[in-house]
Amino acid sequence: MTASATDHHDHHGAPTGFVRRWLYSTNHKDIGTMYLIFAIIAAFIGGGISVYMRMELMEPGVQYMADGHVWNVFTTAHGLIMVFFVVMPGLIGGFGNWFVPIMIGAPDMAFPRMNNISFWLLPPAFLLLLLSAVSDGGAGVGWTIYPPLSGKEGTPGMSMDMAIFSLHIAGVSSILGAANFITTILNMRTPGMTLHKMPLFAWAMLVTAFLLLLAVPVLAGAITMLLTDRNFDTAFFVAAEGGDPILFLHLFWFFGHPEVYIMILPAFGIVSHIISTFSRKPVFGYLGMAYAMVAIGFVGFIVWAHHMYTVGMDVDTRAYFTAATMVIAVPTGVKIFSWIATMWGGSIRFEVPMYWAIGFIFLFTVGGVTGVVLSNAGLDQVLHNTYYVIAHFHYVLSLGAVFGLFAGFYYWFAKMTGFEYNKTLALLHFWVTFVGVNLTFFPMHFLGLAGMPRRYIDYPDAFAGWNMVASYGSYIGAAGAVLFLVVILEAFIVRRRAAANPWGEGATTLEWTVASPPPYHTFDELPKVKN
Amino acid sequence: MFLSRNARNNTGLVSAVKSIVMAFAMIGFASSAFAAEPQPWQLGLQPASGTVATAATDLHNLLLVIITLISLFVLALLVYTCLRFREDKNPNPSKTTHNTVIEILWTVIPVVILVVIAVPSFKLLYYMDRTDETDMVVKVVGAQWYWTYEYPSEEIAFDSYMVAEEDLVEGQKRLLDVDNPLVVPEGTRIKLLVEANDVMHSFFVPSLAVQIYTVAGRTNEAWIDVPMGEKTYYGQCNQICGINHSYMPIVIKAVSAEDYQEWLKTAREEFAMNDRPADAVQTIKLAEAQ
Repeated sequence: MTASATDHHDHHGAPTGFVRRWLYSTNHKDIGTMYLIFAIIAAFIGGGISVYMRMELMEPGVQYMADGHVWNVFTTAHGLIMVFFVVMPGLIGGFGNWFVPIMIGAPDMAFPRMNNISFWLLPPAFLLLLLSAVSDGGAGVGWTIYPPLSGKEGTPGMSMDMAIFSLHIAGVSSILGAANFITTILNMRTPGMTLHKMPLFAWAMLVTAFLLLLAVPVLAGAITMLLTDRNFDTAFFVAAEGGDPILFLHLFWFFGHPEVYIMILPAFGIVSHIISTFSRKPVFGYLGMAYAMVAIGFVGFIVWAHHMYTVGMDVDTRAYFTAATMVIAVPTGVKIFSWIATMWGGSIRFEVPMYWAIGFIFLFTVGGVTGVVLSNAGLDQVLHNTYYVIAHFHYVLSLGAVFGLFAGFYYWFAKMTGFEYNKTLALLHFWVTFVGVNLTFFPMHFLGLAGMPRRYIDYPDAFAGWNMVASYGSYIGAAGAVLFLVVILEAFIVRRRAAANPWGEGATTLEWTVASPPPYHTFDELPKVKN
Repeated sequence: MFLSRNARNNTGLVSAVKSIVMAFAMIGFASSAFAAEPQPWQLGLQPASGTVATAATDLHNLLLVIITLISLFVLALLVYTCLRFREDKNPNPSKTTHNTVIEILWTVIPVVILVVIAVPSFKLLYYMDRTDETDMVVKVVGAQWYWTYEYPSEEIAFDSYMVAEEDLVEGQKRLLDVDNPLVVPEGTRIKLLVEANDVMHSFFVPSLAVQIYTVAGRTNEAWIDVPMGEKTYYGQCNQICGINHSYMPIVIKAVSAEDYQEWLKTAREEFAMNDRPADAVQTIKLAEAQ
């Protein structure tokens, strides 16, 4: 980072000194970089927890952890960290901040100071979450924090309140960021860049920002009610006093379902660019791709109760949510086929990001079709809360959103740092990760079909075999994560200078027209977009 | 230690392969076994017992074929594209970005597939939701960390705890067996009224395809179709409920009508409900009558 800092010295307005440049930062690229570093650190903590959990599950019996509560604390921490402090900061804060302004030809985000506070709210939120895990025994409630378990009788003590407050702060950060992205994209596009000419990553971020803006306040409301239930004797979710725990579930999933699209839509955008760049072809069905994301975002708000098929909902309601959920498969299918159609007839070059993008397409398909299985409310009585669900959402998130993160990282690494990474090392990282995560998550389908419930520290002996395989898979995945660090370190040590456009004529978006790394304010004059 | 014996048998790679082959072989025969429980290296659903689980398994079998074909189709397309349109094979990329016919096709065909799925899916959903033809009612109460079963018409009620690891006797399954199973006569349809005493739990028995949350403040309803045959059905709590979430299994023991009557005799003495408030019994009787 110091290298790029010195590079910026001669540019007008670039602040010098650590505090002025990073703590007071109003620059979208510096803030994006901080988001990415933050996400990587959080990923090692959240991912490390998951490897520890797989160690515990490798054999029947309780090996390492003290008891089931410790296990529950770890599942809670893993889920919340991965969602709020890895995938969201990485994809939205990191790549969104870095590339949305450049792609639409803007010198920076619309509200640079708000951008600063969006980022700097995250470290305290993360710290609160980590402290929550070690205070008063920790909150062992799962990332869905359902009352009454998360209520004052289920989890007395301040750990739960700290987790709630952590989510409040992370939520404020997200809402501010979302407002910033919407304003930037709607008002700061360079002349000639109409919405229908805007790169798909910017489209993805626009839809994501709207989802955040509409969904996160609902979570904030729900957890505020939970907080007052816990501390001020309200009874929103306390059945004995006239409240209803199911209300919390509805509110949580009204946020929670759009949240999963918030995590995957930016990855959709990134993959579109990579596929197009390395096929040397424009994206097939551009408008269809953009409006498929809008459709997914819209439908994402009316399917939430498919997470609640077994809470005792009316059968007609379940029938509606089954139908609505299945509909999502259609725009998602359009995207999958459009990516393949983009490659069709292209001149495909297999650079590292392309491996991640193609891996994304296939693994996301696998996660998508098990989603269609789970959408059936009737069948869900056998699959709900089993490892089949764990397999499904790790295929779309761990192998979907996280593959999107790595794809973006390798696609833009040279642009962001000015250095080239070692391609052989990076490919090794890809293959080790690919084998590791598939070995981890594919056997979970079998465990789930056999009926293994989630959030168990110990399981009947019959589940031992596939759990062992999954644990070995996670160790391989962990080796992949270490390789990722090696790739970054090697690139910074060897310092191979990157050209403005290392990918050739397939890379058509504006970030490839400026130097690597781009100057402080990116453009000396606003780029014109040809009609 | 009794428990890790099974586990240790499974650690070797050779025995792993053997077990997988056995698991495949068992798919066809397992329904004749005396217990409905997970098997080592199992790949699919537990063998279905009763009409509800059979219908659910049928739907899953249909879906499994469809999703496998879709995944293989996408994989084949990707592999073909990657081989056929490599840079060295196809140096000049086409500029095609639209094809209305194919775009309509890949929108309409998925819709058709979804409709094909939706028809049996809705049939299953409405079939398993409720039935008027239940033979008896059992009230199930989830609590940290045990189940309480009440037979309102017999005025008996008892708690069901997991057998602790150190108390297991030969033949009992670790984390699955309980001290007092829910005993039911074979070949009956049972209405379950489920409630919670404290936090949420979920009553989940995979082989009977029943799963329903137990929530304080509301009574949920489900039903199970227990087929003929003396058999023990195993299940586990499936909603995170605190430190011992992993340790509150469910055992439903189906016995012959005669054995059930025998069991009732002892149960009426041992588990008499006389210490329960009468109006609670009344409520359940009303529900049963409906």
